[in-house]
Amino acid sequence: MGAAPLLSVRDLRTYFDEEGQTARAVDGVSFDLARGETLGIVGESGSGKTVTNLSILRLVPAPPGRIVGGQILFDGRDLLSLSDSDLRKVRGKRIGMIFQDPMTSLNPFMRISRQLMEVTELHLGHSRAEAFEHAVKMLELVGIPDARRRARGYPHELSGGMRQRVMIAMALSCRPELIIADEPTTALDVTIQAQILDLIRQLKADTGTSVILITHDLGVVAGMTDRLIVMYAGKVFESGSTVEIFARPANPYTRGLLLSVPDVTAMDRGDLYQIRGLPPDVAHLPPGCPFAPRCDRAEARCRETAPPMVQVAPGHFSLCHFADEVYAAPAGQPVMSGSR
Amino acid sequence: MSAPLLAIEDLKVHFDLGGGTLWDRATGGSPVRQIVKAVDGVSLQIQPGETLGLVGESGCGKSTLGRALLRLVDITSGRVQFGGTDLAALSGRALRAERRHMQMIFQDPYASLDPRMTIGQIIAEPIETFRIASGPEKEKRVAELMATVGLSERFINRYPHEFSGGQQQRIGIARALAADPDFIVADEPISALDVSIQAQIINLMEHLQQQRRLTYLFISHDLRAVRHTSDRVAVMYLGRIVELADARAVYADPLMPYTKALISAVPLPDPAIESRRHRIVLKGDVPSPINPPSGCAFHPRCPYAIDACGRETPSLVEIKPQHFAACIRISPQHPYIDAPA
Repeated sequence: MGAAPLLSVRDLRTYFDEEGQTARAVDGVSFDLARGETLGIVGESGSGKTVTNLSILRLVPAPPGRIVGGQILFDGRDLLSLSDSDLRKVRGKRIGMIFQDPMTSLNPFMRISRQLMEVTELHLGHSRAEAFEHAVKMLELVGIPDARRRARGYPHELSGGMRQRVMIAMALSCRPELIIADEPTTALDVTIQAQILDLIRQLKADTGTSVILITHDLGVVAGMTDRLIVMYAGKVFESGSTVEIFARPANPYTRGLLLSVPDVTAMDRGDLYQIRGLPPDVAHLPPGCPFAPRCDRAEARCRETAPPMVQVAPGHFSLCHFADEVYAAPAGQPVMSGSR
Repeated sequence: MSAPLLAIEDLKVHFDLGGGTLWDRATGGSPVRQIVKAVDGVSLQIQPGETLGLVGESGCGKSTLGRALLRLVDITSGRVQFGGTDLAALSGRALRAERRHMQMIFQDPYASLDPRMTIGQIIAEPIETFRIASGPEKEKRVAELMATVGLSERFINRYPHEFSGGQQQRIGIARALAADPDFIVADEPISALDVSIQAQIINLMEHLQQQRRLTYLFISHDLRAVRHTSDRVAVMYLGRIVELADARAVYADPLMPYTKALISAVPLPDPAIESRRHRIVLKGDVPSPINPPSGCAFHPRCPYAIDACGRETPSLVEIKPQHFAACIRISPQHPYIDAPA
């Protein structure tokens, strides 16, 4: 990568204090995002994927949450050291957000037009009339039929897919350089999901904006992202190009996730591969590798010492004592202890 | 083919939303009486020991159909023959007696478990209700059920909130098994769970099916999970079955334009396939079941619709052996539509 990244997250740590315990929800996360790039963040509940992105926007509820360390360099400036008023000039203007449930992120008592107009009146200094015209234009852009009439309506009058389009219109209003979409299609049917993903893909091609797509669905990241990070227990377990990670996963956890998705083209209907045990409770992590209790490859040292971040190929990293071995293993099957 | 475990004939479940009275007109309510035809003429047979997958978008009536089979919602008309008994005609004590043989696994395991009961009490409840066992015999059955679903017996006095989603779903499954049913309706049993836990629950359900010769109606919007678990798949759209066939045939050779679109919308975990995949993106949302479109309810979204689709209501026809579809543009002689209209 020649040019400076648009976003550079360095050793981010976000902890939550709950009942006298400290949960390290995000524990030393680092990644870069280039201009025009789409990065996928994959993980299960408790992996820290959502808290990472709330931290980028400094939206972590405090207390109980606090960002205890790291840097979030957006276009060279550390968002963590900005004043609140400077931060507000970035949030919603240069960084747009799309959340999972549009009904809870839209104000039910406010006309749709008004919610879009607020954004551009604040950030672009639009007059009322300008802001309304801009709102209608944005709604048309995201494919809302009869946008001028719909703009005067309220969120409850729209279907789930249409509400998500309104959220996207709002996120795009100021032509942001970065869009963070947190499970944007999880609440939607597959047919509507296909529409929304198509829309994000097309808008990205038209505007060149960078996207961070947070999801638990490996199918969604496969078709949408250039690069991928896989999170577990607040840490980055694997990062690299999407194509490379799907073809040669270098971490037993990534491998397990990929194997546990049912294959619609498969002929046999034997048992699915299953990762045993439960997602981790980040307030009570075991010593050593947090995935060790569920891992097929784990040995004594995994339960004692924290694993290193290993570069298995240029730009492809895995947090595992056996990263090189897992990387070299044939794709499409788990890597077991003593399999060498 | 052997006698079906469950035979559903022209089942209808309609919900009356009211409206149309003088009062409604005077107070700004609906000027006409609104009826939601959630299930509107479904006929199906489910064979003993099979898993029938039921897929469709939200609002298509799949959950209502599942609930109607257990008589958890009132049936408007039609018959549900379960081992020779018409459930639609039963009530009171006779219905409760039949319910012993049919149970449900719910989407949200936590919401379906009484928060003030211990795990042991929750699993024991059906055993007591149906007077299957009592005293030490009951305790033994509860312990066995917990072991069967992979829960440690030492959790027996704990409460549902102390468990993760996957463990709560195991508790829900143990309760469903407690009365030793023949038929289980699983309504989105994995969609609230983490990816790594989904595979565990799917495997558990399949093992239980083999051990206990269970028959499942597996309702899900997750087409990947349905493909894996089901022998046959029924596709539902606005209250009707529009395609029904062997699971492999539905996925490899879908006949209905709607089924094709559904399957092509499933994102595949393979960047190489995704990058060169032709996807049929449907326009618009699922129409309201209050005022479904005339003729074929799918015609406003269908890329292959012709004028006649808005007039004629298609019926489910056997297009290929054991492969049924409801579309006026296809027939056994011409199973494929040539070109978009």
